[in-house]
Amino acid sequence: MRRLDLKLALLVSAIAAVGFAAQAEERYGIGQPATQAEIAGWNIDIGRDGSNLPPGSGSVERGRVVFSEQCVACHGDNGQGGIGDRLVGGQGTLASAKPIRTVGSYWPYAPTLFDYIRRAMPQNAPQSLSNEDVYAVSAYILSLNGIVPQDAVLDAKSLAAIKMPNRDGFVSDPRPDVHDH
Amino acid sequence: MSEQTTDKRVREASRRHFLQAGAALAGGSAVAGLGGSGALAESGNNLPPNVPEWMKAPGAPMGSQPYGAPSTYEKGVIKNISKTLPQYISASGRTPLQDLDGIITPNGLFYERHHGGVPTIDPAEHRLMLHGMVDRPLVFTMDDIRRFPSQSRIHFLECSGNPVYTKPYGKTASDLVGLLSCAEWTGVPLKTVLNEAGLQAGAKWIVAEGADAAALTRSIPIEKCLDDAMLVYSQNGERLRPQQGYPLRLLVPGFEGNMNVKWLRRLKVVAEPVYSREETSKYTDPMPDGTAREFTFYMEAKSIITRPSGGQKLTAKGFQEITGIAWSGHGKIKRVEVSVDDGESWQDATLQEPVLTRALTRFRLPWHWDGTPAVIQSRAIDETGYVQPTLAELVAVRGVNSFYHNNAIWPWRIDANGEVSNAQA
Ligand code: HEC
Repeated sequence: MRRLDLKLALLVSAIAAVGFAAQAEERYGIGQPATQAEIAGWNIDIGRDGSNLPPGSGSVERGRVVFSEQCVACHGDNGQGGIGDRLVGGQGTLASAKPIRTVGSYWPYAPTLFDYIRRAMPQNAPQSLSNEDVYAVSAYILSLNGIVPQDAVLDAKSLAAIKMPNRDGFVSDPRPDVHDH
Repeated sequence: MSEQTTDKRVREASRRHFLQAGAALAGGSAVAGLGGSGALAESGNNLPPNVPEWMKAPGAPMGSQPYGAPSTYEKGVIKNISKTLPQYISASGRTPLQDLDGIITPNGLFYERHHGGVPTIDPAEHRLMLHGMVDRPLVFTMDDIRRFPSQSRIHFLECSGNPVYTKPYGKTASDLVGLLSCAEWTGVPLKTVLNEAGLQAGAKWIVAEGADAAALTRSIPIEKCLDDAMLVYSQNGERLRPQQGYPLRLLVPGFEGNMNVKWLRRLKVVAEPVYSREETSKYTDPMPDGTAREFTFYMEAKSIITRPSGGQKLTAKGFQEITGIAWSGHGKIKRVEVSVDDGESWQDATLQEPVLTRALTRFRLPWHWDGTPAVIQSRAIDETGYVQPTLAELVAVRGVNSFYHNNAIWPWRIDANGEVSNAQA
């Protein structure tokens, strides 16, 4: 049977914290505490400011090797795209009739590149690259876009410090944006 | 490859599929699938005054179908999936809206969109972790989740790229807005589970992550999490299908499909969005001036006539029921207006009860087709007073490259032969 565990004090602070007039709700005492080790293993998301980026580093040079071994089959020899998205070019096209949206032209934050490649790429074997190789292949893709030099070595600090060309290109949702009849 | 190209190919292939499968659809009614006339073999042997074959011998015994399947005569009613995609790991399949009645989508026909394939998850080894800005980080088993007080609610789900703004536009209702389905969902309100962990001051967003090969990640505003968001384990009475997130998914009613993270394994309470690839590179809405709208969550009011609709054929003059579906991410559908004269005049359709919040609403209008060409269309008005716009009105503001959140009116043209096609194509 469920254990009713009413902790009003905690609840009130939680409600105050988020500023909602929610009704006091029971606690049921369901679930196990998550240990630090469990959280560390799963907590893979990287903030736009680079928070939670792991230790390690990788060079453009190493990234070229990783890319040619693990990415070109789907993204093309030079990141021009194929089965997978185009990863290079398009800067200056976003306001044109044929906008080309890539990591280089569209993505607002460089740490997201590390986050996405680590969690989802290569598509046939996600979460198989070492952190060093994720830094390296991120550096390589950024170099293909002219965002870091050919001799760059990226780590948590330098990746977070990159200002992407389209950083300020996003606006909040203004809808409804079409006037009523 | 880009989602734009995927969609185009899906549409083209689905049209080919429709032409092949059309024969099996709606045969015998006054609205037939294209090419449907004479497709059903009528030997006459089973018609009055003869006794039908199926009355002269016992049918299939009990147990021949331990999990039931539709009649073999309905085998053309399947998901609308392109046969020519370069890859099927990040891809979508559409609900055949024009073949369905009512508001509930059968589980086997529910639309699919996944970014890293469909994982096979053992529920005994699935965990939901809740951490970040909480007093007590917790891990839940599926048994734990099912111990919480449960709720069932009917809501639609719609992909925000449904359809894109550019030609060629689809031929059928499914081609156009088939990334849309509706089900009765059972699970636990997210706020109940958050309360177990205790939200801390400054908690503003929750990052939800899937246990699929894309580890798909979206940030959900805390207001929604404390409002009607749910952790869902059942759909239309049975456990979720693998394609819908088995054993656990997030449901954020009225928000774009991608945010309803499937195979949910982690919720992290944070102060600001994570700006994942799925909320920056994708699911942002490009504008003509080169900017893009971010965090465009709501699916605005929309409707479509599903019968008669593109690819079907009116086989008789006289009475024709016009029917379709309407929905809004902002709440209930208040009114649906239908025009049968190319937008000159509009009349109120009847709404089928119950009209539910953030659910499909079925509408109907009796009509007499006089056998001359006509253009028919519907527009939805929701409880906020919002009126579904035309494609031209949307394009005037957003251009043709905005990709997401196209909720335009889609008119159908009926020619003198009764053939129905997309009037915008
Ligand atoms: C088996 C094919 C395949 C391989 C191999 C592959 N990718 Fe991908 N990649 C894709 C597909 C398909 C997508 C689009 C996925 C989606 O939208 O859901 C993609 C998307 C991406 C994106 C996001 C692009 C954008 O603009 O949103 C990046 C970055 C990326 N891949 C990097 C890599 C890297 C780095 C490697 C090698 C380590 C790699 N990929 C290997 C198929 C592949």
